[in-house]
Amino acid sequence: MPQTKKAEAGPIAPGEASSAAAGDAGLAAPGDLVFPADQPAASLKSKDLLGIEYLDADEIRLILDTAHHFKEISKRPIKKVPTLRGKSVINLFFEPSTRTRTSFEIAAKRLSADTQSISASTSAMVKGETLIDTARNIEAMYPDILVIRHAFPGAAHILARTCSAGVINAGDGAHEHPTQALLDALTIRDHKGSIEGLRVLICGDIAHSRVARSNIHCLRKLGATVVVAAPPTFMPCDVESLGVEAFDRLEPALEGADVVMTLRIQLERGGKLSFPSTREYFNLFGLSRDKLALAKDDAIVMHPGPMNRGVEIASDVADGPRSVILDQVSNGVAVRMAVLYLLAGSEAAKKNVETAA
Amino acid sequence: MREKATIMDARQIDRALSRIAHEIVERNHGTDNLALVGIRTRGVPLATALHLKIKEFEGVEIPTGSVDITLYRDDLSQIAPNPVVQATELDFEIESKVVVLVDDVLFTGRTIRAALDALIDYGRPRAIELAVLIDRGHREFPIRADFVGMNVPTSLLEVIKVQCLDIDGEDSVLMMELDEIVRPHGDGDQ
Repeated sequence: MPQTKKAEAGPIAPGEASSAAAGDAGLAAPGDLVFPADQPAASLKSKDLLGIEYLDADEIRLILDTAHHFKEISKRPIKKVPTLRGKSVINLFFEPSTRTRTSFEIAAKRLSADTQSISASTSAMVKGETLIDTARNIEAMYPDILVIRHAFPGAAHILARTCSAGVINAGDGAHEHPTQALLDALTIRDHKGSIEGLRVLICGDIAHSRVARSNIHCLRKLGATVVVAAPPTFMPCDVESLGVEAFDRLEPALEGADVVMTLRIQLERGGKLSFPSTREYFNLFGLSRDKLALAKDDAIVMHPGPMNRGVEIASDVADGPRSVILDQVSNGVAVRMAVLYLLAGSEAAKKNVETAA
Repeated sequence: MREKATIMDARQIDRALSRIAHEIVERNHGTDNLALVGIRTRGVPLATALHLKIKEFEGVEIPTGSVDITLYRDDLSQIAPNPVVQATELDFEIESKVVVLVDDVLFTGRTIRAALDALIDYGRPRAIELAVLIDRGHREFPIRADFVGMNVPTSLLEVIKVQCLDIDGEDSVLMMELDEIVRPHGDGDQ
């Protein structure tokens, strides 16, 4: 049985640690006497991270708490721990990505895993191979974890069903981008202490954004109120069913916001067709200093990157004192280290190793 | 698992720590370049106690930190799920320092091996010494302690349980007994 802990932030109180320690997992017995017997164990329920929708609040907190401790590793003179020595992580990026792919690679390398990145242009997909065939071929090389980004929603699910390796969804079409939501949550928690009770505004192309969808699930599970603002062409119909308040203008949505998250206008995905001009979009929905003044005095500004300066966000806001955009990038590495550690350490993953041996 | 005997009470632990604190200072000819590092979880309050005692009779506050060895364990591939990662707090440079590692029980030596690897990732200390409250034997690695509170010969049926005031509500060392032997390491030979 996976155990998760309840603490919202920071290190766990050692007192509650010992009560959760008992190794009721069959595999846990051998190590108990060798190492501190009171150390609790915990993992995610699934071998895969396909979306925030499938996680419960305790699992999200476990990832955030683990990531919190992993941040310190990136600040050491020797930025590497031996934890995932001998594990193979394969990055399958069927969509262009620099930040996310680099972040996953750095995270895996800082845990001593071996990484291999395959991008769309170098894969046999361009030769007509199906995703399932690609997956089966990669599976035959016994990887431990697959990270996939794909333009089609559900691509990660197909991979997860086909492969016994753990699968991490690094963005599937307009569906989910779970590690982005987790790094956003970690960043908010760093700056605000806790997520519960906060009012978070997400502004931009809600309809086509996997970042928005994952963030809505994540923030709501952690007890925040989520508000979305977008022009009607960017607003999914029935958006209220996700449990958010929707506005078709930015100004009223900003009122009382603790966090303002602007989304990238995906100009390459035909985003431009949804509004008359980037100039008009900036005037109405771009986050400028004047508009930010309507939010709370201590509101923080976030952006998942890459930014279109002067379209969804003004340069002086992006570079201003309220911006935590670069903290998001740093936290991305820690969150991905935590996800790799937890998935590689799950009971499902270890049973796979046993049956393969 | 049932309780067999109380090996140390709070006063005995306090006396043992006082002696160890004196021994650390004596052996290192003072407190220059000394640092204390407690191993999570129970080594941390013990390191803090040693810090306070050295401050009391030497008037010097020596840098004190903690290390979590989870990411350095050698059994990560054998246990599931993975243990919860805790904080490592080393707010000082360990380069050229004499670092005294502090833990509650010295048993197989595997925790200490992991802690040595962890420390060395932070720099190159001039020396690493080891202080433990209880040495119960059964070493699987060539590791020994420099400072020992009490040597307690044990059988593999026995478990030493150190309790600390801040974590467990009292300071004590208990001897527990298992119903059957749990091998300290998978197929490890003793």
